Amino acid sequence: MTIGLDHYLTVAAILFTIGVFGIFVNRKNIIVILMSIELILLAVNINLVAFSVFLHDVVGQIYALFVLTVAAAEAAVGLAILVTFFRWRGDIAVDDASVMRG
Amino acid sequence: MVLQAIAFYVLAATTLGAGLSVTLARNPVHAVLFLISAFFSAAGLFVLMGAEFLAMILVVVYVGAVAVLFLFVVMMLDVDFVALRQGFARYLPIGGPVAAILTVEMIIVAGTVARRGAAGQSGGLANQSSGSSNIEAIGRVLYTDYVYVFQAAGMVLLVAMIGAIVLTLKHRSGVKRQNIAEQVARTPATGLRIVNIKSGESAPL
Repeated sequence: MTIGLDHYLTVAAILFTIGVFGIFVNRKNIIVILMSIELILLAVNINLVAFSVFLHDVVGQIYALFVLTVAAAEAAVGLAILVTFFRWRGDIAVDDASVMRG
Repeated sequence: MVLQAIAFYVLAATTLGAGLSVTLARNPVHAVLFLISAFFSAAGLFVLMGAEFLAMILVVVYVGAVAVLFLFVVMMLDVDFVALRQGFARYLPIGGPVAAILTVEMIIVAGTVARRGAAGQSGGLANQSSGSSNIEAIGRVLYTDYVYVFQAAGMVLLVAMIGAIVLTLKHRSGVKRQNIAEQVARTPATGLRIVNIKSGESAPL
């Protein structure tokens, strides 16, 4: 009944594929795509922390911290682009957004 | 040990269930709330592993900032979310098998790594009671070996902040604004006019 490394890695793997699945099935809704990317990065963080703890090396948690930083920056810029796109187009359908120019 | 296992399974099930609900929710506000739930339970998993500092950072950064940002944007944009779900049934037959295959592959790899890899051989969770706490250990490494990377992370955040402001700033025309420089630069020569008013007339404007 001991919870080992493989348990955490399995949770991270399933969460990662849930994120990929979310990008697959919600191809039109860019807000859900951004949330799926957050889920993928969370899975990566779980992996990093699990390995860090089980290898007795704190560097993995430092990397998880940087992944967290980049994820927050990515969400902020992504949502800003989304708001600008919505003002310009009036909707957020991204599958016909191939004509983006300044 | 049994208590730890129960906590793990409850938190893992909540994380995965909430994560799946994020992708399947019809209402995007519900999706954001499920995302918050997923982050909370993932923070619980971190605490279970002994990474308390990252767990708190996860709650503060994700639940406090990112999820609220998502919530703001979802509520601010007036979008027909029903139309955005139209391709859902079309992509499900492709996305489902791809996700299933990916999951099986990654679980096989995870099991192998846990059984044969260095991390699985190292004998369980790191012992936190050996003097320094988790946050102290992180601080010791982060501010010495990784101080330049730490500064670079701050730079990334600064660039993202300025980028988000520049992208969403809108200059509206036809709005009267106070121009402080213009007000301060006024002299008696530009601000004062002496007119002679004849008796019985009004002053020319």
